[in-house]
Amino acid sequence: MSGFDFSVIVSALPFLWEGLQLSFLLTILAIIGGLGFGVLLALARMSGFRLLSLVAATYVNLIRSVPLILVIFWFYFLVPLVLGRPVGGFYSALIAFVMFEAAYYSEIMRAGIKSVAKGQVQAGKSTGLGYWRIQRHIVLPQAFRNMIPVLVTQAIILFQDTSLVFVVSLRDFMTASSIVARTEGRLVEMYLFAAVVYFVICFAGSLTVRRLQSKVAT
Amino acid sequence: MNYNWNWAVLFQDPYLGWLISGLGWTVSVSLCAWVVAFVIGALIGVGRTVNNRLISGLCTAYVELFRNVPLLVQLFVWYFAIPEMVPDGVGHWMKREMPMPEFTTTVIALGLYTASRVAEQVRAGIDSIPKGLKAAAKANGLSGTQVYRYILLPISFRIIVPPLTSEFLTVFKNSSLALTIGLLELTAQSQQIADYTYNSFEAFTAATVIYIFIALVVTGLMQIVETRTAIPGQSGKGA
Repeated sequence: MSGFDFSVIVSALPFLWEGLQLSFLLTILAIIGGLGFGVLLALARMSGFRLLSLVAATYVNLIRSVPLILVIFWFYFLVPLVLGRPVGGFYSALIAFVMFEAAYYSEIMRAGIKSVAKGQVQAGKSTGLGYWRIQRHIVLPQAFRNMIPVLVTQAIILFQDTSLVFVVSLRDFMTASSIVARTEGRLVEMYLFAAVVYFVICFAGSLTVRRLQSKVAT
Repeated sequence: MNYNWNWAVLFQDPYLGWLISGLGWTVSVSLCAWVVAFVIGALIGVGRTVNNRLISGLCTAYVELFRNVPLLVQLFVWYFAIPEMVPDGVGHWMKREMPMPEFTTTVIALGLYTASRVAEQVRAGIDSIPKGLKAAAKANGLSGTQVYRYILLPISFRIIVPPLTSEFLTVFKNSSLALTIGLLELTAQSQQIADYTYNSFEAFTAATVIYIFIALVVTGLMQIVETRTAIPGQSGKGA
């Protein structure tokens, strides 16, 4: 091999930074959307309406048994077809991630909601609170507290998963690194650099999870 | 919504053959990667629990490294970067003579990545065994190796069957990443059928149904393993 060429990385930094911003943006929006839809799925699944919980359970199990890449392909094809107009790669990818993550988030939330003692719901009912107020003021705040470490872990996984938009050539950090690697003919430097950047970000995230875990535990 | 339905396309030549061949690659890559993941994951997981600082430190480093880099990046590093970084002779062999390079690389990358996750389960399984059991074994005169061989490993592997099932399922899903280096596994074949026929809905449905089928088969098989290996007196779920 012909020695490491770090100048390639330095001159590509602005381009890579744009990619990284897109990775972060996709992650944050997918977390927000996934949490929102995930709460609804979890509540639907735990509700008394048989049909509603069956539909939610089917959706969650369906999404969880197929690869994310296939889900991305699905939504790239479906979103423009359903809306009747092209919406661009970013929105198709975002919708795919929201729909995919929601299935995983809903399972985390179901576990979190189940971790709140039943007696609290009964106590809420006996003080005359309705279903939504019990969820809003009693169950969800406590459930979220218990879920925080797992949710952050899932966010780290999601951040890693956004690299898969590579398959539809959306310019995130991974795709940007790959473009530089190919055009400059510097595959070793670029892919190792990408690995280091992802590692630093995700490892920092893992350390945060560990700190949160010890906080929640006490 | 304009769409020309044609489900028959899935059963036409050559598309049916593509799906079958894709399924073949997905299953073979996943099974081989699982063997790698299971063997290395077990070693690393055990390594994290031993009393040797150096060994447990190295094993922890392995887990952190492989868990905190996206699988796609790892796959590219193995496929594009490693052959350039090893001595010339080996690199030349990897690029020119290694049999089925896409397949082999995916097995290595996916196997080593999954090993870090298996290792975490193995470690958690060993840690969940009450300390008294280990102490009792030692008091009976068992050596360190014997404590692992006869007490800790048989119990912990039986405890962690359910989480390992979910890791096993994840391997099948993650094998789809092989398409990025040109292995025509199930997802790639469905995408190719979509490109050739414009019947994306049918093609992706076929892949989805096959993945669900794989998940059902794996879950079913692992449930048999779970009941066979369940520790008497402990319900599988409570442990």
